[in-house]
Amino acid sequence: MGIPTRHFDALIIGAGGAGLNAALQLAGAELRVAVVSKVFPTRSHTVAAQGGVNAALANVLPDSWHWHMFDTVKGSDYLGDQDAIEFMCREAIPTVYELEHAGVPFSRLDDGKIYQRAFGGQSQNFGGEQAARTCAAADRTGHAILHTLYQQNIRARTHFFDEFFAIDLVRDAEGIICGALVLEIETGEPLLIESKATLLATGGWGQVFRTTSNAHINTGDGAAMALRAGIPLMDMEFFQFHPTGIAGKGMLITEGTRGEGGYLINKHGERFMERYAPRAKDLASRDVVSRAIVTEVKEGRGCGENGDYVMLKLDHLGEQIIAKRLPGIRESSRIFAGVDPVIEPIPVFPTAHYAMGGIPTDRFGRVAMPAGHGAEEVVVGLYAAGECACASVHGANRLGGNSLLDILVFGRLAGKDIIDFVRENPYQRAVDPASLDQAMARLERWAMPGEGISVQSLRAEFRKCMEDHAGVFRTEEIMSEGYRRLCELRERLPEVRLTDQSKVFNTARIEALELENMIDVGLSIAVSALHRQESRGAHSRPDHPERDDATWLKHSLYYKEGDRMDYKPVRTKPLTVESFPPKERVY
Amino acid sequence: MKISVYRYNPQTDEKPRMQDYEVKTFQGMMLRDALLEVKKQDESFSFRHSCGEGVCGSDGVNVNGRNLLACITPITELKEPIQVRPFPGRPVIRDLVVDMTQFYEQYRAVQPYLVRKDPLPEQEIPQSPAERDRLDGLYECILCGCCSTACPSFWWNPEKFHGPAALLQAWRFLADSRDQATEERLDALEGPYKLFRCHTIMNCVEVCPKGLNPTRAIGKIKDLMLEKGI
Repeated sequence: MGIPTRHFDALIIGAGGAGLNAALQLAGAELRVAVVSKVFPTRSHTVAAQGGVNAALANVLPDSWHWHMFDTVKGSDYLGDQDAIEFMCREAIPTVYELEHAGVPFSRLDDGKIYQRAFGGQSQNFGGEQAARTCAAADRTGHAILHTLYQQNIRARTHFFDEFFAIDLVRDAEGIICGALVLEIETGEPLLIESKATLLATGGWGQVFRTTSNAHINTGDGAAMALRAGIPLMDMEFFQFHPTGIAGKGMLITEGTRGEGGYLINKHGERFMERYAPRAKDLASRDVVSRAIVTEVKEGRGCGENGDYVMLKLDHLGEQIIAKRLPGIRESSRIFAGVDPVIEPIPVFPTAHYAMGGIPTDRFGRVAMPAGHGAEEVVVGLYAAGECACASVHGANRLGGNSLLDILVFGRLAGKDIIDFVRENPYQRAVDPASLDQAMARLERWAMPGEGISVQSLRAEFRKCMEDHAGVFRTEEIMSEGYRRLCELRERLPEVRLTDQSKVFNTARIEALELENMIDVGLSIAVSALHRQESRGAHSRPDHPERDDATWLKHSLYYKEGDRMDYKPVRTKPLTVESFPPKERVY
Repeated sequence: MKISVYRYNPQTDEKPRMQDYEVKTFQGMMLRDALLEVKKQDESFSFRHSCGEGVCGSDGVNVNGRNLLACITPITELKEPIQVRPFPGRPVIRDLVVDMTQFYEQYRAVQPYLVRKDPLPEQEIPQSPAERDRLDGLYECILCGCCSTACPSFWWNPEKFHGPAALLQAWRFLADSRDQATEERLDALEGPYKLFRCHTIMNCVEVCPKGLNPTRAIGKIKDLMLEKGI
């Protein structure tokens, strides 16, 4: 075939926080590591994380990793795996110190320690008083972390393939994954990267919804690659709608605004969260706050001409706090909502934000899937970390500040496990030509000439359909209709044609490949949601309003072939401490 | 509204041209929305963009002679006719997409990472709020390249002069109370080009979409050099 080929010990697809933290471990161990990213690394969406990263440093208020663990288990609506959660909450502390040592410009307290703010769902002493656990660099924590990780990778001399798009994983004759076919966007030429281990760190897929806080690049490429490789996606029905997106636009307004003392009001000026969460109020878990906002609007208490949003009030904090702790939010509010939060409230409405589900992994970032009869098997040489993965630490609802934590902890751990794997498996496997042909076919399909549907129009229809049928409140009727329409869209995909067949920096071709990925991922959400007949965390069904632990305390697994569902038990046993049994979840 | 866009595809075009598009406007429309509308009409049009909120730094372009970020520029702020071109001084790959390799090389050249020589503490390296305040206005850089590609000194010597974005980062680490490589950093900036090609034209300050001030940072580096030299 004559496709140019490069060889590395490890291939990392995605250059956000998870990918870069993994790369740093590998480069530090003198392994040859390639990071492939469809954008220049600092453009990855980690850059947009605002509020901070959780770690029980106890710099402001008393804290312990065990309390952090309790809050995370409760926040997950008991669907999170408690061994992975214990691990993450313990590791949070050294992870944040390591980041600080690497240069992250965290905001500081008077005693010189890292500044920590209150965030939703955080408590002291297993459900007691509000905690302050979120380590912040003003309201630009993701930016500060991503740039620092990229900088340290420069120092570590990591190989970067910037603006290369991953098309598909490739396998050897035994079916073991041994690299990926990628496309150099600038030249439009394919490149085969062979590797001993491969890490998917491609981030989320908020772009499947029309209104989202996610960037244009968040199209679920890694999750879709996993699906095509026959790997199921786990807990895909659990998609977080962040309570405070700028109304009508979706840009994120950090939970840190409420952590600093801001609160939500309806058209009567009422602080309505007092009714929904008497104790935690505006700092209840995100699923709770998003449902409250949608309910306020549905019941006619929304603000504005159409009554379709609520207001986030910050002016009482004063200009000094806003300028010091929330400068980015002030900037965004002025630009996108035309309001200065120092003077007037910000119009907000829930926005599609974060995927709790993803590629199933064990605690070490190794992709794991059922091997029949309840047993699990590791997919040799394949890893996943960050938002595209599901460890599962977020269960049915993620707590604010746990996302940056997840990518850092599991990115690093995957890196460390890959080091061991490569030492034990030092020889490169030979790519099966049939596997390569299959990957190439995915690319060549888009050279099909003739008239057809445009990528733009099918994508717009798809994203609207997802928004209408897989949103905050979901009934059997709405979801069945959604599934039917998504199937139609999937069937129309072969009719899509590109009018632009050129090679050099052809973004239309990239968007076509992304559309295929998004439709696969969208279907996994719709099918998983349709099957789960209970309300848990972010998955809220008015027709099944209660959580049903007897039937549904289990993880969903969606397989692309035949839109098939399977399930596996939740790991309720932590590593060293007592298990937290499911309880009613009130804030 | 009419919008005029720079078009060039090296595979099919002998030379670049400006192409006009008619775009429907809406309230709160940003320039990026207008470019997306152009893309909807003509999928062969290419430009970089991602976050849509001014933090990823992908969609820097030149409009009517001024560098800016498309996603945070309301079209109402632009004077018609709106002429959108790629960043000046950079090789054009296609349409509004330019080759930023030299810009990134200059960034890497200033050792943009914290250097600690002392053994690391078990917890954080302490830093007072006042010490941390010195990093404000420096660390927020999104590497969009608006500044360096608006800088005449960078146009003439992109392989030798670090340019405003990289020098802002050079100062970001010099200014960090935790960094322990001041001498090496200053030594590395010596010579007539890397730092000293800055002639305080201040285009960088004028165009920075994040309101940062590379010229001031460059001045501070020079001050520190003098201080250390004495």
